[in-house]
Amino acid sequence: MALLEIDNLTVEYPTRFGVVTAIRDVSLKLEPGRIHGLVGESGAGKSTVGAAVMGLIASPGRVASGSIKLTGEELVGADDNLRRGYRGKRMAMIFQDPLTSLDPLFTVEDQLIETIRHHLPFTADQARKRALTLLEAVGIDDAPRRMRDYPHQFSGGMRQRVVIALAICTEPELIIADEPTTALDVSVQKQILALIRRLARRHDIGVIFVTHDIGVIGEVTDFVSVMYQGEVVETGPTELILGGPQQRYTKSLMAAVPRLGKRLPRFPTPGGDIGGKGGDDAEAWLLRRDETSTSTAVINAETANQMLNVDRITVEFGPGGLFGRGQRVRAVDDVSFAIGRGEVLGLVGESGSGKSTIAKSIVGLVRPDSGCIWYGDADLCARDSNEAGAVRHEVQMIFQDPYSSLNNRWRIGDIVAEPLSVYRLAESRRQARALVASVLDLVGVGRENMHRYPHQFSGGQRQRIAIARALVARPRLLVCDEPTSALDVSIQAQILNLLKDLQARLGLTILFISHNLPVVRQMADRVVVLRNGRVEETGEAEAFFNEPQSAYGKELLAETPSLHLLGPVIAMI
Amino acid sequence: MIRFVGVRLFHAAFVMLAVSLIAFSLFRFVGDPIAQMVGTETSIEDQERLREQLGLNDSLPEQFGRFVGDLVRGDFGFSFRTREPIGEMIVARLPATLELSLVSLLLSLVIGIPAGAYTAIRNKSPGATAVLLVSLVGVSVPTFVIGIALIYVFGVELGWLPTFGRGETVAIGWWTTGLATLSGLKAIIMPAATLAVYQLTLTMRLVRSEMLEVMRSDHIRFAEARGLSHGTIHYRHGLRGTLVPVVTIVGLQFGGIIAFSIVTESVFQWPGMGLLFLESIRFVDIPVMSVYLVIVAALFVLINLIVDITYFLIDPRIRVRAREG
Amino acid sequence: MASLARRWRDFTLNNEIVYLWLRAPAAQIATLVATVLIAATLAAPLVAPTDPFDLATFSILDSFVPPVWTDGGDPRFILGTDDQGRDLLSSILYGARLSILVGAAAIAFAVVIGVSLGMIAGYFGGWLDTVIMRVADVQLSLPAIMTALLIDGVARGILPAARHDDLMFYVLVGAIGLSLWVNFARTARASTLVERGKEYVQAAEILGVGRFRILLTHILPNIRGPIMVIMTVDLAVAILLEATLSFLGVGVPASQPSLGTLIRIGNDYIFSGEWWVVAFPALTLIVLIISVNVVGDFLRDALNPKLR
Repeated sequence: MALLEIDNLTVEYPTRFGVVTAIRDVSLKLEPGRIHGLVGESGAGKSTVGAAVMGLIASPGRVASGSIKLTGEELVGADDNLRRGYRGKRMAMIFQDPLTSLDPLFTVEDQLIETIRHHLPFTADQARKRALTLLEAVGIDDAPRRMRDYPHQFSGGMRQRVVIALAICTEPELIIADEPTTALDVSVQKQILALIRRLARRHDIGVIFVTHDIGVIGEVTDFVSVMYQGEVVETGPTELILGGPQQRYTKSLMAAVPRLGKRLPRFPTPGGDIGGKGGDDAEAWLLRRDETSTSTAVINAETANQMLNVDRITVEFGPGGLFGRGQRVRAVDDVSFAIGRGEVLGLVGESGSGKSTIAKSIVGLVRPDSGCIWYGDADLCARDSNEAGAVRHEVQMIFQDPYSSLNNRWRIGDIVAEPLSVYRLAESRRQARALVASVLDLVGVGRENMHRYPHQFSGGQRQRIAIARALVARPRLLVCDEPTSALDVSIQAQILNLLKDLQARLGLTILFISHNLPVVRQMADRVVVLRNGRVEETGEAEAFFNEPQSAYGKELLAETPSLHLLGPVIAMI
Repeated sequence: MIRFVGVRLFHAAFVMLAVSLIAFSLFRFVGDPIAQMVGTETSIEDQERLREQLGLNDSLPEQFGRFVGDLVRGDFGFSFRTREPIGEMIVARLPATLELSLVSLLLSLVIGIPAGAYTAIRNKSPGATAVLLVSLVGVSVPTFVIGIALIYVFGVELGWLPTFGRGETVAIGWWTTGLATLSGLKAIIMPAATLAVYQLTLTMRLVRSEMLEVMRSDHIRFAEARGLSHGTIHYRHGLRGTLVPVVTIVGLQFGGIIAFSIVTESVFQWPGMGLLFLESIRFVDIPVMSVYLVIVAALFVLINLIVDITYFLIDPRIRVRAREG
Repeated sequence: MASLARRWRDFTLNNEIVYLWLRAPAAQIATLVATVLIAATLAAPLVAPTDPFDLATFSILDSFVPPVWTDGGDPRFILGTDDQGRDLLSSILYGARLSILVGAAAIAFAVVIGVSLGMIAGYFGGWLDTVIMRVADVQLSLPAIMTALLIDGVARGILPAARHDDLMFYVLVGAIGLSLWVNFARTARASTLVERGKEYVQAAEILGVGRFRILLTHILPNIRGPIMVIMTVDLAVAILLEATLSFLGVGVPASQPSLGTLIRIGNDYIFSGEWWVVAFPALTLIVLIISVNVVGDFLRDALNPKLR
């Protein structure tokens, strides 16, 4: 008998706009000791499946039809108390964010003992012993001491191990893991995935693994169901689905996944490209360069091919002022690199590596404590530099979160027009409007949307609007800080294509910052690898991805899910 | 811990210094102290001598220093109106105000916290809606109207409770208490209830909104996913998380209670500091006003200090940060 | 027509606050009551039967006439008269007008000071933030009534008695406004801190937009929601404060009674049976404040989806 059997499950949410079907006719079967992945983009309904199994669908949502059987026992419509008795005992759940999953006011020990004693007839001492064994089993060092600590005293990865310990403390038969590694760095992700896999095998636990990340699916699951808009479009053994998808949606999804092993000139987009057409006026305007332009005026021979030269910068953060105490943290430590004209430089590193701080230093949001940043002959860090002010508009930035990078109270047209008015780039209001319209066409948003507000657009469209705003400032250097990490992979492919097109059409230089190595591989000509604020390695992209020189570079590449299961892109289309 | 308390003490001292400065400016610049003190028949020479004696010709920082020094030694000067030493006036009235305030604070917490938790846990149930409706009246009806209504019903119509004063009091050292006699207890019921209503409602609404927020957080969802019982989730994890911000509010509450005690004391002719302050304002008795200001601020700062330390003991995040930092 | 109906439907579906308001009968009633009350009192000179400030229009002979529906009522005085023979309905209309004007002016004052200081503290941070928030702490350690009483007391000490009555309106507005600015400052600061961390502000900074222009054109429009909530909630508080001060005898002078003054006057006759003199002003005050509070609560819940 299957451990879990879901049949034609449909979940609905009544909203003011009518009833929304979150998932429709979803079926799957899970055997003990197996890991079944649910993968899809945002809005696919994958998390709803997990919540429905646990009986934790937030009101006013409800299971409209279908059945969920745990070892043959029907759960849909079962008594509330029975289901609560099963939660934590027979089936457990792991959430995405280990920071908020634990009650900050109780020690790890308290929370473990509480859960164990709630479900099992243990004395406090027995429960404590079990808690200790569990923490050791999930790889917490020095468990007897650490178990008395509060959640905030653990690092992200360690916290997720504690959450896993809590999930398995009553020996459940089933675990629902909802994006359990999404908030973690790749090195930690690899360990957590290995832990989940080991626990599933050793204790014969069935796992439903919900994620948006195809790489993670390839790494950890035995079976996979691909979901799209609430329905399962394709299901089967992981290597078959990843290696030879049959459905159109699955094919296009796999095609949009960036490969670590190979650089593509463009992502294939079966639905046709958005944007890249039209916007010729804007292109002409952007390409027109005044002879009097400051940065082209004097270029000495040595730096002729350098757009930007970051020279030994150091940035420290920390308490200051009247009540300042504690250690100042060195976010960027003696970092140097240069970007050549028309080049795409990839800046990679895990969280805390200082890559965002470097981006902020270049665009002037953060002032380095020492070192300088040369843009042509202008020092961008100089305190009261007129030359820096004059070239400032030539360096623009694209941000990570398109939901926060646009002012929600402004119309799209006004947002894009702001640089024109700040730098007085347009000769008249009419010219400004015409330019904004043309640039919106250029990035594929469409000029007819000028009068709408940001909340009416999707994340991908918002990112295009942010790109349009940056373009209007007539930049030569575009700093892109994780420009696609908040986006779905198919949208990511479109945005990356757009950036490649713009770079080709406008001759832009791009500093591309990302934690995601496969994405960087698709974009960068050269890479700089950062770790804890220091440069670990610099080199040509092809050389780095084929044979990294530093130990850390090797490690990073090894920890990135390799996607060896995916078939070649050409076969997908 | 010591460092934490040290920083808080520093903040407290800063607030007290600022309040003293306000009190000093009141005392020094609002009207001419000499003109207030002496009759019109006093000669200019005598006035000038008095001015010199009192040090009013010294530099302002010196005067301020002396003002603070006097306050610290407990020498509060004399009232313009009654010519009595202010220290004695305050000591005579402090117990009445403190007893009234503490009883109503207790009332508002003992009723307000459970009521808030109830309305959050049973959100949208008929019972919770009813409590919320009542609470709306609580924040909307002015304190003095509640007092008047209570007097009318229980004092005038029913004649059950006294409508003014503290009743019989018992002296314990310099402290006089009304809580030890039957008439004193009867006398405090209406004023304390009047004073408590507004604060009670505020406490309740605050606990409710904080708890609703906590109940939506991930760790509560995770606790549910672990199958813990409703009781454990609501009271052990939910209410405890709620109490952290609520504790801070108790400090603010106390300030509100002291402030509204002025109104309540006025309605019930309660012989406390509020009544004294009100009289001093009507008669522009500046020294009493400024001393009242300083004493109330000191009470307030003290309560906040206690609150901060409690906060520190409840929330391990602050505790650990202080230990490590 | 059909397209108009559709546009109305789209509007009510997409505008969060309108959508929720149309489904909250309590908020609808409260909005209606508050609007009618405020309109009636602002139009008092037009709708009131008599002018209670005009000594020629009332006579001591008409004193203590009970409401019209009780024995001894007089159709000229629907709600009866007070100790001086003034028509109570007119007094209430004029009194509420004064209460509302003081409350609204005090809130405007508090918003201007509080929001600008709060935004500056939140955006610039550093020592400016420290100083402003320390001052706010000191202000907070003096509860609103006490601040208002103190300012009032000081004004009595400084202003000559003759000018005192004339200036009392401004003293009250200043006193209440000063005691409430901290709420706005804290809210504005907290919201500004959140907005400052968002990338659209950084985008404007990269463009080199001036800091004050960023505050005014980018941040202010994004924090107006919470500020509007505090404005509504604190309008009720301001009206309450004014009534309390007037009740304590330190508010507006008795020659121009506000609701609080009327209640203080009426309070003296509670033992002798003329209940209407205190009951109707008190009732008006309570209804006014309850309706403003219901609207405030509605706005707060509507703008804070977490509480729904």
